[in-house]
Order: sequence, then C-alpha cells, then structure tokens
Amino acid sequence: MSTKEIAGKTVQVNEEGFMTDPNEWDKDIAVAIANEEGIAELTDEHWTVIDYSRKVGLESGSAPTLRNITKGAGVPTKQLFGLFPKGPAKKVAKISGLGKPEGCV
Amino acid sequence: MSEENRKIAFICSKGDLDMVYPALVMGWAALGNGIDVTIFFTFWGMDMIRESRVDRLEVAPVANTSMKMSMMGVDTGNLGIPNIMGVLPGMTAFATKLMKDKMDGLEVPPVREYLEMLVDAGAELYACKMSVDMFELEMEDFIPGVIDIVTAGDFMDMTEDAQIVFI
Repeated sequence: MSTKEIAGKTVQVNEEGFMTDPNEWDKDIAVAIANEEGIAELTDEHWTVIDYSRKVGLESGSAPTLRNITKGAGVPTKQLFGLFPKGPAKKVAKISGLGKPEGCV
Repeated sequence: MSEENRKIAFICSKGDLDMVYPALVMGWAALGNGIDVTIFFTFWGMDMIRESRVDRLEVAPVANTSMKMSMMGVDTGNLGIPNIMGVLPGMTAFATKLMKDKMDGLEVPPVREYLEMLVDAGAELYACKMSVDMFELEMEDFIPGVIDIVTAGDFMDMTEDAQIVFI
C-alpha cells in the first residue's frame, strides 16, 4: 500500500493504482485520474456512470461490474465502451475511486 | 501502455450450453480490460450464432461425468446421474433448465444477449466457411453481429498477433 498525490490531495492507492479508501475521493480526483487514463474531459454522460458506480461501490463495498452499470445506470454497452474506451471495467472503477470490480459479468 | 493492443481470439467449436459460456465470459472480461476480441465459430459452435438455435442450446446429462445427482437438489454426494436415466425423454431439457436457472440466479445473461453485449463492446464475430458449407447455411441464418464467413486461412491472417483459445 502506498500513497499518491492526485489533484493536490494525498490518497492511498494499491499497487495497481486503485484508490483503497473511497472516502478520500472527490470530483477533482476523478477528473485527474480520467486525464491519466486518457479521457480528456468528463461529460454528463461520464458522470452518470461514475455517480452510479460510486453509489453501488459505497453500498456494496466493491465496484459494479460492467453489466451492473449498463443495467443499473441505463447506459447501453456501446455507449459505455465509447465513454471509457480500451478497458472500461478498470477505468470506471479507478476514476470512481473504487477497487477493481469483483464479478465476472 | 504499449502501442500495440493485446488481442485474443476464441475458436468456439461446441454448441452445448455448458461449452458456449467460457468464450462469452472470457471475451467479455477481455473487452472490459481493453483487449481486442475476435470469435470464430466452427462446427457445433455455429449453434451459438444461428438464429434458429441460439435460444435453444442444451446440456445433456448422458456421458457427462461431472454432472451429479446432487445438482438436482438430492443430497447424494458424488453419485453421478446414471446414463440410463439420462436417456429418458425430458432429461436433457431438465438438465438444461437446471443450468439456465443457476445462470439466471447469478445474473448471467442468456447466450443471445451475451453475444449482443460482446458485439456492442467491439468483439468481431466470424463464421467458419467449411462449417457453413457443411451445414448449408448462409449469412441470413446468423444473428446480427456476425461480420462475415471466413476460411481457416483468413482466420489465421486475422489473428496473427493474437492469443488463441480453442473451446
């Protein structure tokens, strides 16, 4: 376990760069991580996904799977993969300040 | 991240309900992790993309040594489903229903929906030319999302840098 400075704040991260304490997360951090992940700007559509993932993550203790997001947030698969290209499973979780999703679907 | 994207290709050669899921589950996981996915359907695996078959895939208890009586809710430990029972009419439908219910309980989507998810996420689906000829099929027989009918040689060209999983 180590710490990392993101958007001017020091947060705890694991070896893969996922934040380990979701309570340290804020929207500035989300924007900064998104930039690191190659997403220049977080639109309202991105926030729909992030807000939903935060809600699920804080309730259940782990990041939602992609299918959970498409079903729960009402974001179609194609759109989800368009918003978070090249690996939305990890990207959404990372930007939302959650750990890696634990389910397979 | 390296410039060249990681690629994985699945060859699906089975149409039994228990054998169609591995490529779907792993393919979906790959796409979620940013890996390019190609799926080549051949022989019985063609059932996965046939409009007339995809919703009717089954799992048979005959000669399936992993299928145990206990899966039917009877506490019989390692006792298998006797093959003689498996040949009774309705046993395949029964085993299929059991598996579908289990999958439903785990919120695993049915095959058709799973393939739609994969296609929407960028997976490329191809049908094997030789199997298509053998089963006398055409593109119209396939579910939406199947890109083309290709030869084994085409598949080799397409998957030059890919890791290949045969199922």
